Amino acid sequence: MPKRLLTLAVNGRRHEIAADGHALLVDVLRDALGLTGTKQGCDGGECGACTVLVDGAPRLACLTLAASVEGRAIETIEGLARSGRMSALQQAFHERLGTQCGFCTPGMIMAAEALLRRTPHPDEAEIREALAGNLCRCTGYVKIIESVRAAAEARP
Amino acid sequence: MGALPEFAFARPATLAEACALLAVEGARAVAGGTDLVPNLRRGIERPAQLVDLGGIAALDRIEERDGALALGAGVTLARLADDARIARVLPALAEAARSVAGPAHRSAATLGGNLCQDTRCVFYNQSEWWRRANGWCLKRDGDTCHVAPQGRRCHAAYSGDLAPVLLAAGAEAETATAAGTRRVPLADLYREDGAAHLTLAPGEIVARVFVPAPTPGRRSGYRKARARGAVDFPLAGVAVVLVVRDGAIAELGVGLTGTNSRPFRLAGTEGFVGQPVDDALLASLAKLIQKQVSPMRSTVTQSYYRRQVASVLAQRLVRELAAG
Ligand SMILES: Cc1cc2nc3c(=O)[nH]c(=O)nc-3n(C[C@H](O)[C@H](O)[C@H](O)COP(=O)(O)OP(=O)(O)OC[C@H]3O[C@@H](n4cnc5c(N)ncnc54)[C@H](O)[C@@H]3O)c2cc1C
Ligand code: SF4
Ligand code: FES
Ligand code: FES
Repeated sequence: MPKRLLTLAVNGRRHEIAADGHALLVDVLRDALGLTGTKQGCDGGECGACTVLVDGAPRLACLTLAASVEGRAIETIEGLARSGRMSALQQAFHERLGTQCGFCTPGMIMAAEALLRRTPHPDEAEIREALAGNLCRCTGYVKIIESVRAAAEARP
Repeated sequence: MGALPEFAFARPATLAEACALLAVEGARAVAGGTDLVPNLRRGIERPAQLVDLGGIAALDRIEERDGALALGAGVTLARLADDARIARVLPALAEAARSVAGPAHRSAATLGGNLCQDTRCVFYNQSEWWRRANGWCLKRDGDTCHVAPQGRRCHAAYSGDLAPVLLAAGAEAETATAAGTRRVPLADLYREDGAAHLTLAPGEIVARVFVPAPTPGRRSGYRKARARGAVDFPLAGVAVVLVVRDGAIAELGVGLTGTNSRPFRLAGTEGFVGQPVDDALLASLAKLIQKQVSPMRSTVTQSYYRRQVASVLAQRLVRELAAG
């Protein structure tokens, strides 16, 4: 199958990639761009570990055909830190023990990031709803919710 | 589960181009991909060409005139859940959209993909090696149904959340092919066969859904039973539209999903017009539902439970809506 040239805007940078028409976004991010922060945790759409933002909305990179998001703004966990400093949300997960093994964390944080951009001061129900599609085997979720709430409270 | 099988990919900008591409054998529409891509990854579907409908602006519109809705098939569930016109005219549709999967699915998943999603079964939604170990099954690649081995048809359950609401509200679908468009009652899109539950011709797609304007005072709601509170298909889902006037039912529509191989509008609800919503009526409603649903052992949850819960959800919802 011939490769096609894809132009993807990831974390504010344009990338031209020769990819198969059937390439999944998660594979392009991880294998072609080396952005391995985005994880693959299940066999398709069940766990949320691959959550990235497309035009600010949360999307599952494991169910997204890379060719279908050409020209859209894609953001991954690698795009949150600024000059080596973690974002407030990342810092909150770090301080509040919202992360243990860390495998679900990039997806959790991207899902929470989408929420906080839309709803800067969410209540607990809104946090739970926004993270409903993200599974964690370690934390029991309590610390994750606390982390998101702490990041929201620290906002002006 | 490995990478995707090979296929060609096209992203047309107009409905006409999409229809022309889909007229070629082996072509398949994809919208949000949240239903199709897992099936591609599992080797269940092997299209030669995918036609992405996501670039067609004409499919991405919500229009409302005097309460009547025209909904583009490409509108996402996230948008349906948040749209003020839908919240006003048919709140059950927003409720149903909000109950589908999780937020990251809903920002990709579309109305058309939800209506046309594949039917589901514990013996089917599995990896290729799992299904091979079981000799596959009647629905794809095999010759026996593990749910009803004596039978000759697939009983996989249709499990979309939006269809029951639209059926209860009397919606119609506009479909499109390279030859043109046609408009049919939404119910005609489906048949009671888990291996071929859609009546669409090859290459035919749903372009828009029309919902007629409501009778004044109409209320609507959607309830689904599921094993966990999020990211879960309905074991049974019930939509109700109800108009109560002077203490008696003036209009009642009930749509069901999760219990059969197609979503359907409950037959016989006209018989309740003129009656008050009381225990006797709710008992008759439950009986009517029990007679028309036919859940099979296609889920881990017992089919007996799905039958019961369908009628209980409907009773509760009718009571709640009648109370206002
Ligand atoms: C973990 C998980 C949980 C889920 N939970 C639910 C749930 O609770 N409730 C629920 O209803 N669904 C659920 N789904 C299924 C799916 O997310 C939804 O049905 C979604 O609305 C499908 O829309 P889509 O645009 O992503 O469809 P796609 O995957 O793009 O397409 C689905 C099918 O419809 C066809 N199609 C797409 N658009 C059209 C069109 N316009 N005309 C004709 N055919 C078309 C495609 O060819 C394909 O066969 C879940 C999925 C996952 C992975
Ligand atoms: S109902 Fe039978 S034929 Fe249909 S998917 Fe399940 S096992 Fe296969
Ligand atoms: S890897 Fe995408 S949802 Fe699990
Ligand atoms: S921290 Fe281990 S899966 Fe969430």
